[in-house]
Amino acid sequence: MKREVAIVGIGYAGFRPLTPDLSYKELVFEAATRAYAEAGINPRTDVDSFISVAEDLHEGTSITDEYVPDQLGAVQKPVQTVAGDGIHGLAMAYMQICTGQFDIVVVESHAKASNILHLGHVTAMAMDPVYTRPLGVHPLALAGMEMRRYLDESGLTHEHCAQVVVKNRAHALSNPLASYPAVLEVEDVLNAPPVAEPLTQLEVSQHVDGAIVVVMAAGDVARALTDMPIWVLGIGFANDAFALDSRSWAQAEYARLAGQMAYRMAGIRNPRATIDVAEIDDTFAYKELQHMEALGLCAPGEAGYLVAEGYTSLEGELPVNPSGGSLGVGHLLDASGLARVLEIVWQLRGDAGQRQIPDVEVGLAFGWRGLPTTSGAAIILAN
Amino acid sequence: MTMEQWVYPSVYVKEDDFREGRVLYTTWQPRLFYAWDRGTAIGRFLAELKQGRIVGRRCRRCRRVVVPPRMFCEHCFRPNDEWVPLADTGTVITFSRCYITWDMRRLEHPQIPAVIAIDGASPGVGFLHHLGEVDPEAVHIGMKVKAVWKPADQREGAITDILYFKPMTE
Ligand SMILES: [Zn+2]
Repeated sequence: MKREVAIVGIGYAGFRPLTPDLSYKELVFEAATRAYAEAGINPRTDVDSFISVAEDLHEGTSITDEYVPDQLGAVQKPVQTVAGDGIHGLAMAYMQICTGQFDIVVVESHAKASNILHLGHVTAMAMDPVYTRPLGVHPLALAGMEMRRYLDESGLTHEHCAQVVVKNRAHALSNPLASYPAVLEVEDVLNAPPVAEPLTQLEVSQHVDGAIVVVMAAGDVARALTDMPIWVLGIGFANDAFALDSRSWAQAEYARLAGQMAYRMAGIRNPRATIDVAEIDDTFAYKELQHMEALGLCAPGEAGYLVAEGYTSLEGELPVNPSGGSLGVGHLLDASGLARVLEIVWQLRGDAGQRQIPDVEVGLAFGWRGLPTTSGAAIILAN
Repeated sequence: MTMEQWVYPSVYVKEDDFREGRVLYTTWQPRLFYAWDRGTAIGRFLAELKQGRIVGRRCRRCRRVVVPPRMFCEHCFRPNDEWVPLADTGTVITFSRCYITWDMRRLEHPQIPAVIAIDGASPGVGFLHHLGEVDPEAVHIGMKVKAVWKPADQREGAITDILYFKPMTE
């Protein structure tokens, strides 16, 4: 059964490199309070189901979903955890609503990255224990290798990637939630210390703590709750081959497939002509370019030129990451995709303040699950 | 029927085969380090434990007093309202006599973990701790107990600042 589904409330908390004053539960409570106030609902009586997007090793707690209900108002209600990017959680909520069994579903994701003392060790746990981990290669080297192969096949240059950093951190200047606004030159990025060549330190997004809560509702329920429902036109998710030995290193195959699924559902044939604004995973600078191409927003090998021309800047034809993206706002671990959605919702409502793009009707958000995965999810929203 | 029909001609793997490298395997020692922010509610709770006190939070709407405290009421979904000093005494809700360690070694003298409803908190609200200075066979549901604290100069703001709960003389 297909039903109309809309986002009727979205709340956030934190978005700071350190949050020693608040536990993750207190962060989520604050984000949930904002989301429910926006939607005009009481979670104790109005919400049918709750979804948490979390990764046990990021929490340092096994079976973290057991810790979810209190701060969401979900005690004695249906609760489940999705491991993935936040947009995978929205996909799950969408499907639950389509069953007809649920009218209002809440999705939560949060990051307490500052509490993980050595994220590299945690990410290393995602590598094959028998034939990859013993080599002792830092997971960031996978990004360096992928970037090299992508540049080699696309014909783009390191300068193109650096332009993404310059653009996104400049966009962050007009986003009060962003932790890493900066005025940079391409040379600053290229001359930054190398992390895993060709990747430099400024091309790697830095982490922030935060929480995001999204309220989704079925068509008529959404219309009754708000004058400004943000409709889900399409949603999709996909994986490439996981193994390092057989994944496609140059193209983001997972993004292409996830985008395809979402476009098919939304009936979009020409994404570049239809999408007015996009928030796309930029965990690493080259990822924004790779994801743009995979999502069909430009031809292969074109993304770097569009960024350099200003086509994807705030004033451009197709603004990409007007929020500043993960490079400008900060990376929120599993909640990163929901940070992309937050900006798209604000843009579609006309609530984006200084960085509001005029005449926005259709927006795209894409989240990647991060190293070393080939797992991504896309959502297309409209006002 | 004899067992012989189930015994196949084969070579059994023995512990020595692993130790001496005849069977190949890979081990990994996770290096996972976290430092959790205690936040407002648990931060205050632990600071009070260091002073030898137990505190909870009251929600004025449903009147529940919860411990360990949180800054919101999970039933009403609203910020709760005030700190409430509680007694360091309580009632055993349930308990076990546990004869195994984490790594499944046998214990001659059992640990006695118990969930203790703290006096002053709402009925049935409290936390897990150990019982001590008690005949294991005498422990029962409903037993009144009192906290035994670490000496003040050794407390560090942790749940272990309470060593255990012991029976109150009735
Ligand atoms: Zn209450």
